[in-house]
Amino acid sequence: MSETQDKRGRPAAKDRPFLDELEAKPFWANLKEHKFTSQRCSACGKFFGFPPQFLCPHCLASEYEWIPLSGKGKVYSFVTYHRAWHPAYQDKVPYNVSLIETEEGVRMMSNVVGCPPEAVKIGMPVEIVYEDFEDYTLPKFRPAT
Amino acid sequence: MSRVGVIGAGHGVFGRRSDATVQELAFEAFRLAIKDAGISRDDLDATVVAAVPEYHKQRSVAGVVQEYLNLNPKPTWLTEVACASGSAAIRTAWMAIKSGVHQVVAVIGCQKMTEMATAEILALMGRVGEVQWESIFGSTFPGYYAMFATSHMHEFGTTHEQMMQVAVKNHFYGSKNPNALFRKEIQLDKAMNSDAVASPFCVYDCCANADGAACLILAEESRAKALSKKVVWLDGVGCATASMSVLRRPNLVGLPSAVEAGQQAFRMAKVTAKDVKVAEVHDCFTIAEIMAYEDLGFCKKGHGGKFIEEKRSYIGGEVAVNVDGGLKAKGHPIGATGVSMAYEIVKQLRGESGERQVPNADIGLTHNVGGIGQYTFVHLFRRD
Ligand SMILES: [Zn+2]
Repeated sequence: MSETQDKRGRPAAKDRPFLDELEAKPFWANLKEHKFTSQRCSACGKFFGFPPQFLCPHCLASEYEWIPLSGKGKVYSFVTYHRAWHPAYQDKVPYNVSLIETEEGVRMMSNVVGCPPEAVKIGMPVEIVYEDFEDYTLPKFRPAT
Repeated sequence: MSRVGVIGAGHGVFGRRSDATVQELAFEAFRLAIKDAGISRDDLDATVVAAVPEYHKQRSVAGVVQEYLNLNPKPTWLTEVACASGSAAIRTAWMAIKSGVHQVVAVIGCQKMTEMATAEILALMGRVGEVQWESIFGSTFPGYYAMFATSHMHEFGTTHEQMMQVAVKNHFYGSKNPNALFRKEIQLDKAMNSDAVASPFCVYDCCANADGAACLILAEESRAKALSKKVVWLDGVGCATASMSVLRRPNLVGLPSAVEAGQQAFRMAKVTAKDVKVAEVHDCFTIAEIMAYEDLGFCKKGHGGKFIEEKRSYIGGEVAVNVDGGLKAKGHPIGATGVSMAYEIVKQLRGESGERQVPNADIGLTHNVGGIGQYTFVHLFRRD
């Protein structure tokens, strides 16, 4: 078992998003330019939330726009991993995974960075920080200033 | 419409079973169930096999089991809904009998998990959730339940100590179950100080993978009565689902699929949560049992921590929960678990559980959850 493959040669962990997936493509492209966006339904006006999809999950309309989010939100719930479940995370423990709720009411999974994991609390105000990789950017969050 | 009854039940030893292949594990449980029912292979019309394929080296397990059990050319098929696969198999057999297609059906839950490294299994389990939007941040299966625990503690003041009391109870009963993986009692302080895993969980908050199998023989009412004098009736079946992703759950303090599946089963069996004397609930993590008390209506939402603290889920309390050790102490061979739960309820309702026997057990329940409540099956069993 290597970092990227299990014993049968299949990918063992998805460290990278699927950048080319049709509905999600604009999200990752916007993020690369440090714009945090979500689909908003042109019919009912509600945000689709994540993951991006083809039809509005609320009213099934197919018209939508990519709307910039404020990047501000709060921690809805969280966990601190003390064990690496995969070799790729060996040097990261202990690390935080949080469920973030944005001001707009959209939820997404992310990491709260810029503070020790034990400082993360439910309801804690956070703001987006862009973590750049070679060909993509991940949305992470830090305690709001 | 005629009822469906359990006329036989068999259970192998759960643990690290390097001594047996998956089909041998299945045979072990099957042989005991057939003997228990006092029937022969010829009485069977079909088998339903529950197993989760990605955890096996062996492909197409149903066919392999069917051949090993010498049941060709009778029909067989596989059911899969993650950790609830066993209960899905029971539901499928129940439907096959209710529809009149088959009269006597064997349900076999089997899983050989220890062929794979734990890290590999956990990498797979991470994908019980939404792969691309959650796994990229390093989330895996225990972390989802840990988030439920954190939210439950935040909202209701549930404590980690209350959660760990679930583990203490289940190990206490597991110590008396010869089929359990862990047969030792644990002490609260030692468990609380075990290694941190995914906070708030320590090692003792989590169940363990295991190999094992369990088998039930189900029959249509008239056949059941003709074949057996100790029939336990499966009078209520409920099944519901919820979003794959936790992002789209209304909250993280319960499983909506468990609430819905429970209500369906209670309605069908015409009983209430108060009537249940013995229950097997899906305690993959300690918080899961606390949420199950609430979701099933054994206590109000938010009162689950107190429920265990006051020992109301011990034998002698309002409802005896997981008195076979639960997933926690018995081990969790994922395809077998739902059938193993039903086995325990059948034995309890027949009064055959020895020192773990729940007095006057006439109505029993199983609550079997796939993933983080993406699927839940609730079954109600009754003794006449
Ligand atoms: Zn809409």
